Amino acid sequence: MHNNNLAWISPVRKSGLAFFLIGFLVFVGMLFSNQFKITEESLSTSINNSTHRELIAPHLSEFMNEPVTNKFVFIEGVRKTFSHYNDTVFERYHLSTTDVESILAQVKTLGYYDLNILSNVFNTKDDYSAYKIKKLSDYTGWLAGNQGKPLAEIAEVINQKATEINGNVLSEKRIDTYAIGQYIYAIVKSSSSSVVVKNTGLFFLFSILLGTIGALMYIIPEKYAAPAGIKNNNVFKNSATNGGLVGMLAMFFLVSVYIALYFFPEYIIEWVSLVDPVFIALNGKGAGAWSIYGLIYTLAIIIMGVRMYIKYRHSNYHIARTSSIVFFQSCFAFILPEILVRLNQPSTDLKNMWPLDYDFFDAWNLDSLSSSGGIGMFMLVWGVTLFVIGVPVFTYFFGKRWYCSWVCGCGGLAETAGDPYRQLSDKSVNAWRLERVVIHSVLVFCIVMTIAALYTYFTGVKTIMGIDTYTLRSTYGFFIGALFSGVVGTGFYPKLGNRVWCRFGCPLAAYIGIIQRYKSRFRITTNGSQCISCGNCSTYCEMGIDVRSYAQRGEDIVRASCVGCGVCSSVCPRGVLKLENGSTPVVVDAAKKDATVKVVNIMSVEEQKAMMD
Amino acid sequence: MSKLVIIGNGVSGVTVARHVRKNSDMEILIISAETEHFFSRTALMYIFMGHMKYEHTKPYEDHFWKKNRIDLKQGFVSDINTDDKVLTLSSGENVEYDKLVMATGSQSNKFGWPGQDLPGVQTLFTYQDLELMEENVKTTKHAVLVGGGLIGVEMAEMLLSRGIEVTFLVREDRFWGNILPNGEAQVIQKHAEAHGINFKFGTELKEIKAGDDGRVNSIITSTGEEIQCEMVGLSAGVHPNISVAQKGNIPVGRGILVNDFLETQVPDVYAVGDCAEIEVVDGRNRIEPLWYTGKLQGEALAHTVTGNRTKYERGIWFNSAKFFDIEYQTYGFVFNEPLEGISSFYWEHPEEEICIRINYQNDTQVVTGINTFGIRMRHNVWENWLANSCTIKYVLENLRDANFDPEFFKRYEKSIIAEFNEQHPDNQLKLSPLRWFTKRFTKGQINAQ
Repeated sequence: MHNNNLAWISPVRKSGLAFFLIGFLVFVGMLFSNQFKITEESLSTSINNSTHRELIAPHLSEFMNEPVTNKFVFIEGVRKTFSHYNDTVFERYHLSTTDVESILAQVKTLGYYDLNILSNVFNTKDDYSAYKIKKLSDYTGWLAGNQGKPLAEIAEVINQKATEINGNVLSEKRIDTYAIGQYIYAIVKSSSSSVVVKNTGLFFLFSILLGTIGALMYIIPEKYAAPAGIKNNNVFKNSATNGGLVGMLAMFFLVSVYIALYFFPEYIIEWVSLVDPVFIALNGKGAGAWSIYGLIYTLAIIIMGVRMYIKYRHSNYHIARTSSIVFFQSCFAFILPEILVRLNQPSTDLKNMWPLDYDFFDAWNLDSLSSSGGIGMFMLVWGVTLFVIGVPVFTYFFGKRWYCSWVCGCGGLAETAGDPYRQLSDKSVNAWRLERVVIHSVLVFCIVMTIAALYTYFTGVKTIMGIDTYTLRSTYGFFIGALFSGVVGTGFYPKLGNRVWCRFGCPLAAYIGIIQRYKSRFRITTNGSQCISCGNCSTYCEMGIDVRSYAQRGEDIVRASCVGCGVCSSVCPRGVLKLENGSTPVVVDAAKKDATVKVVNIMSVEEQKAMMD
Repeated sequence: MSKLVIIGNGVSGVTVARHVRKNSDMEILIISAETEHFFSRTALMYIFMGHMKYEHTKPYEDHFWKKNRIDLKQGFVSDINTDDKVLTLSSGENVEYDKLVMATGSQSNKFGWPGQDLPGVQTLFTYQDLELMEENVKTTKHAVLVGGGLIGVEMAEMLLSRGIEVTFLVREDRFWGNILPNGEAQVIQKHAEAHGINFKFGTELKEIKAGDDGRVNSIITSTGEEIQCEMVGLSAGVHPNISVAQKGNIPVGRGILVNDFLETQVPDVYAVGDCAEIEVVDGRNRIEPLWYTGKLQGEALAHTVTGNRTKYERGIWFNSAKFFDIEYQTYGFVFNEPLEGISSFYWEHPEEEICIRINYQNDTQVVTGINTFGIRMRHNVWENWLANSCTIKYVLENLRDANFDPEFFKRYEKSIIAEFNEQHPDNQLKLSPLRWFTKRFTKGQINAQ
């Protein structure tokens, strides 16, 4: 502020902010610039199953070849169609009264019941007839050719079996919610004729690239604004970081995006189109709804990682762990899985592990890994070894931090993009109580759910004590996997702080935490009685640990939740805290403590004074 | 059940209360005029700069007091009757006590400068001072700080965070010259100047002048210079707050006079922390206005109050501070000027703002103290070295053990010992090995006391 050479900083930062906001507006705006038109062609690319297509097509007539510009009207219209879909399924597949009457009419003519009757009655060469013939053959085969039966008895049997068959139609032929979701997404995507699709390069440039450039222009000049050191000025006066209006707007945006991603991906297909070329280049196949998420997530970690490099440039600890996080996110979580897809191998994030990766033991994953040869087996063994051996060993020597603030993707986002919100975590004793109950419940839930899934996988039995193992898994997936870790865990950064998921929800954090608490060399050491109780450590603890309450008593901090981010040590104005794994002997060696050095000349006070000045 | 009344809810008074509650069931009441709850005075600057909010500076949650049966009363004690054991509050209310602890803290020094009470002139010690500062900076573009101590640096940092220009008048020829030797003072000075502070050394305040609005408008220095300013911060040290004690006829000197047990000369009346002046039989009486001494005194006094008469013993002297981005620690004694019979080893990093000074006795070579800037040192190690009279050779060779910097930080022990070898070429001291690997597999942690 006293130096004219710094005059460039403010305008550069301001234009950076402007670029970022423009990029952001273009990014959000593109969601609202679309036109949808279902054609025969788009329908056949989005629904491969011809019977399914045939069943749904009549319901979509109002959108066929009619462009719709209102996205909400279009998507909800399509969704409504699918709510009638299963009625149609029943209508087509069930044995109608006419069907039964036709059969009985032929029985009457022939004098007895025979399976040939069926191919006469159901003479269309389609799936419905085939299904009806198959079912009736299975159910009434024993009756065929039996010539002595009275006709009334035959009619009774046929009617009774028809009712039975009809009762099972829906459970056998309906499309489940998941598949419906996939169809809706596919239809919306293939019928979209957004300007984004035609100009992906241009839109990419003015949204993601412009936003990135703007963010960096805003972040990098900080380095030249003041000497290195902790600068938390105005953190609690800025509405973006104190839980105020700007923060709440950010929260609204994040929560909306997560809800869309998990439950309504068809609303963000323009973003998928935007990054389609990038992902085709990466994996040879193209982007899905989660691709844009992976890209933005990784970008956020890298850009906000740059901010970490600058903000904590005086601290090699933060530089080291930020580098580690950026590396693991960009290579292990982002690039490697795409390359595996390109190589037609099972795609996996090798640094993720059960129980955070809660569907690792799901049947589809086990099947996919065990059927993929050597690499699949490796992934299976690696995934198990990591949490069975890796976690206890690394945690013993280095504490929870080796994973949570150096490797993990959730932690990675929290430590970079979430860093501006770390002070918002609740430090009260009540929050700590809640934390212990909730996080350990999630761990127990996850273990039970996994054991149940494995039980079903190996025995084929679908229920345990009357509870459907599939329901258990999907409940976990919905409440913990989607709502907790995504919508609340990240969406609520600007209100509850950046480690809500890690602190209250993550079952892996709970597991590692138990080891850290009871069997680890890691602790935060308090330097004698130097604490002045200022509260910076507690305020900036993202895990809501009241660090001060230990430091002011001169106690070491050993807490299950501590992820070892090291910020308490950095913000301490008296250098009281240090993250340590090693032993720290302080014994004075009596044999050596009196050893002297040769001193040639001892200076007088005057000489010393003269030297000082 | 007897009743303990503590006047003052700073760290000393609160420590007394907490430890009395640990040892006894007696009724405890803390009276304070400043704030309802105990907060960390050292964090005032961080509230101002927006690092924290006031509630973050409270070391205990509000339910702590009720849970521990420590009663709190916000009020100003206007009179003490030690004969009847009764306090009178300014509200007129009377409070009886069986034992009374004076923990009234410090007041900022004002040396009778003309204009020292003008609007826009202030000190920084209490929460009310902080509120006043928020008011004062609203109209301030340029501020003058008087007195080069720690509170002065804090005020400078606070003002700079609001984009206010700061001129700093320092009586001595260098920064914090009554504590720091020249080398260290230069390092701090350069760093503060890089932050934008404008120092005027060897300069005192002569007069503060008001403008037409009655607020401060300029100051005149001892060199006759007039400096325009909208705010003046006085940070010329603190002195014990003894006004209440005097009304109660409790004997005072500079502070409230106490013995090593922190007992005043009036039965059942004690003094603790900043306000206490500990009488020394053959020497200068001690006033220790520090956070940790307040805590240590409070702990000792709590024992005495609850019947286990305990002497206050401080142990090895230490202190720490932060000057903008440079952390400072000192253990033992390092004086600002050379002393007869004491040698001084000083190392300064050629580029960075990092330096240490280790003093030792000429004859025995026993280390007497260290100043360290930009390198964190391990308290227990230095305490042990000083308590066991280790020599400069031992200390330098084992300097690695004392490092308390975070992991991955650059280490300077090699260049420190190389500097010593260069200054004393007859010796070739060697650092003890790092033992990184051994440390992973051995026990022997410093654990909580």
